[in-house]
Amino acid sequence: MATLPSNPLGAVGAGTIGFLSEIGRIATFAGRGAMHAFAPPIFLRELMKQLLRIGYASIPVVGLTAVFTGAALALNIYTGGERSGVESFLPQIVGVAITRELGPVLAALMLAGRVSAAIAAEIGTMRVTEQVDALTTLSVNPFKYLIGPRLAAATFTLPLLVGLADIIGIMGGWLVSVYALDFNGSIYITNVVDFVTFDDVFTGLIKAAVFGFLLALMGCYHGYYSRGGAQGVGRSTTNAVVSAAILIFASNYLLTTIFVEA
Amino acid sequence: MSDTTAKPPLKLECHGVRKSFGPKHVLRGVDIKVSPGESLVIIGGSGSGKSVTLKCMLGILQPDAGDILIDGFNIVKASEKERRKRTNQIGMLFQGGALFDSLPVWENVAFRLLNAEKVARSEAKERAVVCLRKVGLSPEVGELSPAELSGGMQKRVGLARAIVSEPEVIFFDEPTTGLDPIMADVINDLIVEQVRGLGAAAVSITHDMASARKIADRVAMIYRGEIIWEGAASDLDDSGNPMVDQFVNGRAKGPIEMDLLKA
Repeated sequence: MATLPSNPLGAVGAGTIGFLSEIGRIATFAGRGAMHAFAPPIFLRELMKQLLRIGYASIPVVGLTAVFTGAALALNIYTGGERSGVESFLPQIVGVAITRELGPVLAALMLAGRVSAAIAAEIGTMRVTEQVDALTTLSVNPFKYLIGPRLAAATFTLPLLVGLADIIGIMGGWLVSVYALDFNGSIYITNVVDFVTFDDVFTGLIKAAVFGFLLALMGCYHGYYSRGGAQGVGRSTTNAVVSAAILIFASNYLLTTIFVEA
Repeated sequence: MSDTTAKPPLKLECHGVRKSFGPKHVLRGVDIKVSPGESLVIIGGSGSGKSVTLKCMLGILQPDAGDILIDGFNIVKASEKERRKRTNQIGMLFQGGALFDSLPVWENVAFRLLNAEKVARSEAKERAVVCLRKVGLSPEVGELSPAELSGGMQKRVGLARAIVSEPEVIFFDEPTTGLDPIMADVINDLIVEQVRGLGAAAVSITHDMASARKIADRVAMIYRGEIIWEGAASDLDDSGNPMVDQFVNGRAKGPIEMDLLKA
């Protein structure tokens, strides 16, 4: 049974200090990681490996998520739009919703589950089996070799994946519209192309780059500071996924506010 | 392994090294001196501060106080870049091997050559194969993954990785832990042979007395974060220190109190 702390005010203060110091540690880690990710020298072989792992290997997951989301979105918009007689705007709404919001957020969430977890587990295992220490003794900076390539790969590939998710998601809506809701296929495409602006797509891709950096950062950070054997690595993996998801939602709101007001 | 009559400049020195983790004082002023070509073995029980001493010397942990000098250069006060430059001349064999799972054996051995010294892959592979041969492994082993190797083979690969760039100082962390007595002796022989061959200074930590006797020129015993005895390996059985006697002979009763017995 949980017991109440003897000094509740002290516990709140300690918790606040702990929270703030954790934010400071993450910010320092992010700054150091970004410096090693984007400033030369770069371990090209490692970067290529991570581009394939994070980008290419995530295409099926992101594609399936996008097609089903686009399809379900089309059905929901039609159902809601029918009540006010505006169901004909379905293609435009699907296009904007996918490019501005659902494409980047859902692709990032899927990658948080797939990539953040994998990065945290891999680096965490390397930490507890002294492989990270071994890098240092072999005159290789772990930030340069482990953290930098993962951050760079996720930041570069997520916009590409989101671009793909945008197309697949809109086509998921097209499938439902044409085969279940009797829309004209070419009119659907024309309406999407005419209505969706460069800004809609571009803001989504900017979001994707930020989400990519954040989800890789959480995987790297929690893996790098793993402690306590297999249990510690498991805890780091969970923390990486949860914190990446929260950061994606929070930064999505922040970025949306900035883009809407700009 | 060394000529004890000559007094060459010291290769490695630790002066008053202290390290604490929160309220726990792990190192309370460790002093160590190692000459070129000399093999020092640090013995001591679990939790006595052996591994922390080694990690401080490697630059993995930053001491709270004290100095660590390699060739007279203080790595504690150096910048990260300078320290990395200085630790280029260091080789390390980890207790569990610490081989990189994602790379084949030969790339593990050649890791420093490929990633720190930027040697061409073909040349790095050739040098890795030479080192694998030195530790009794065939070139075919180089193509395997570390997960496919036995514990003894992993130690050999770790040793090959430690010696590939011909370091001037080599550290060994519990080199025979987890090995059967015959394989442990094979590893001890390889360590002696390679350290002698390179003329390197060696610092090992172990609680395997057979290993300590075989690879040490000098032995130092650490207890509760301090070096309590230091002497020639041949004096180990005649140290005149009751703690060393108890440890060397593996007696439960004596001046060294185990936490388990105190509870």
